[in-house]
Amino acid sequence: MAKYLLLKHYRGGPAPVVDFDPIDQWAPADVDTHIKYMNDFAAKLEGTGEWVDGQALSPEGTFVRYDGEGRPPVTDGPFAETKDLIAGWMVIDVETYERAVELAGELSAAPGPAGKPIYEWLELRPFLTAPPTVTE
Amino acid sequence: MNDALLRDLIPAVTGVLVRRGADFATAEDAVQEALIRALATWPEDPPADPKGWLITVAWRKFLDTTRAESSRHVREARVAAEPSPGPADDTGGTLQLYFLCAHPSLTPASAVALTLRAVGGLTTRQIAEAYLVPEATMAQRISRAKRTVSGVRFDEPGDLATVLRVLYLVFNEGYSGEVDLAHEAIRLTRQVTSMTDDEEASGLLALMLLHHARRAARTTPDGALVPLAEQDRSRWDTKLIAEGVAILQAALARDRLGEYQAQAAIAALHADAQTADETDWVQIVEWYDELDRLTDNPVVRLNRAVAVGEADGARAGLAALEQVDPAVPRRTAVEAYLRERSGDLAVAARLYGDAARAATNLAERDHLTRQAARLHHYFT
Repeated sequence: MAKYLLLKHYRGGPAPVVDFDPIDQWAPADVDTHIKYMNDFAAKLEGTGEWVDGQALSPEGTFVRYDGEGRPPVTDGPFAETKDLIAGWMVIDVETYERAVELAGELSAAPGPAGKPIYEWLELRPFLTAPPTVTE
Repeated sequence: MNDALLRDLIPAVTGVLVRRGADFATAEDAVQEALIRALATWPEDPPADPKGWLITVAWRKFLDTTRAESSRHVREARVAAEPSPGPADDTGGTLQLYFLCAHPSLTPASAVALTLRAVGGLTTRQIAEAYLVPEATMAQRISRAKRTVSGVRFDEPGDLATVLRVLYLVFNEGYSGEVDLAHEAIRLTRQVTSMTDDEEASGLLALMLLHHARRAARTTPDGALVPLAEQDRSRWDTKLIAEGVAILQAALARDRLGEYQAQAAIAALHADAQTADETDWVQIVEWYDELDRLTDNPVVRLNRAVAVGEADGARAGLAALEQVDPAVPRRTAVEAYLRERSGDLAVAARLYGDAARAATNLAERDHLTRQAARLHHYFT
């Protein structure tokens, strides 16, 4: 099995395929449908033994860095216009790369306004694993 | 009785229940419950006959579970159970259980999970922890696997090769956690070897022992990989090596070579060298040729190129590497190594960097990054 991160972005990645309003402007029923789709997707993966984790992130974040010995860390942000903004993730544990792509495709078809798929770009990243024991 | 001895009994107990007519999935759950009770009560009150105790308790659990149901299947099971079960042929039942858990209809990951639980006697939580997934996910993986094999006849002839493949995966791709999966794979392979008298089962056991012998030397205390050539050989476990070599020699003497025996032979040649310089690379190349003939695996050709590089020089190794598909993982890392050995340091530095970015595990990436940095530093 191999673990993959499915990364959802608020912004960033290739240009959106379908242009639609932000979710907070959708019809309430469409929002419910969208959220239910996400929950059902997670439940389905738990049932297939492929679920590891899923989390959503607040869009508001702060950059932090070290600022030298004895000084408090410097904070910066939040920024209104960062190029790339991560919205959340799912971690899946699947048999093959092809299966990971299939699942990402399915998640990308989550319904948006009027129940139509949002065609959202999702970023798929393999986890680094533990090293094998037998190498020669 | 220690935990491993207790778990040695698990497949035989499940085998008895199934041969009394219990369905595999329910029997396995019942045995797991009996196991948990044994772990709780035996330290205070050890039974005279541990296996008999487990069979009795598991069978009672099975009847409790099925009593509520009234399917025809269950009535049949009870009828089948009426005559007292004769002297159980443990070996047959245990081996059948291995076959079932490695059934070809299962995906490798499902077979691994089911094997660790149903023959290994590990809990779902332990298996989940070992493979870094939530317990609920692992529970589903196991119950789906059980459903997949629910229609398989228990006495159906099994394929030992698939069992060995599963045990190899447990050994080779184990993660960490409370359970030592390498240890577990060796324990189960020992059990299979004792039941089958098969050369390849012996070959696999020898392979595991010979690699396990190097474990203490393979990583630094902070987890960095130590390449074979740089390992402190005084830290290799000579007892395990001696055992592995003896098992391998007995298997090879029967002249039915297979891939695990050939892999073990390579590991034994490494184990035999007091220092890296004394390694008999010429013989190792010959074993890779045998392996290549047996498996047609591009990774074998890649490792062969490394051995050729050691036996006949880096240029010969690079020539051998030409035959290896560029898409094979770790090919770039091997080329970097051979380029460095042939004195082409600038190219080697670049290739080590490329290989690090393509690495699929963290320890290997860190190792390759250090190699790239070492060569870059050399120039500046």
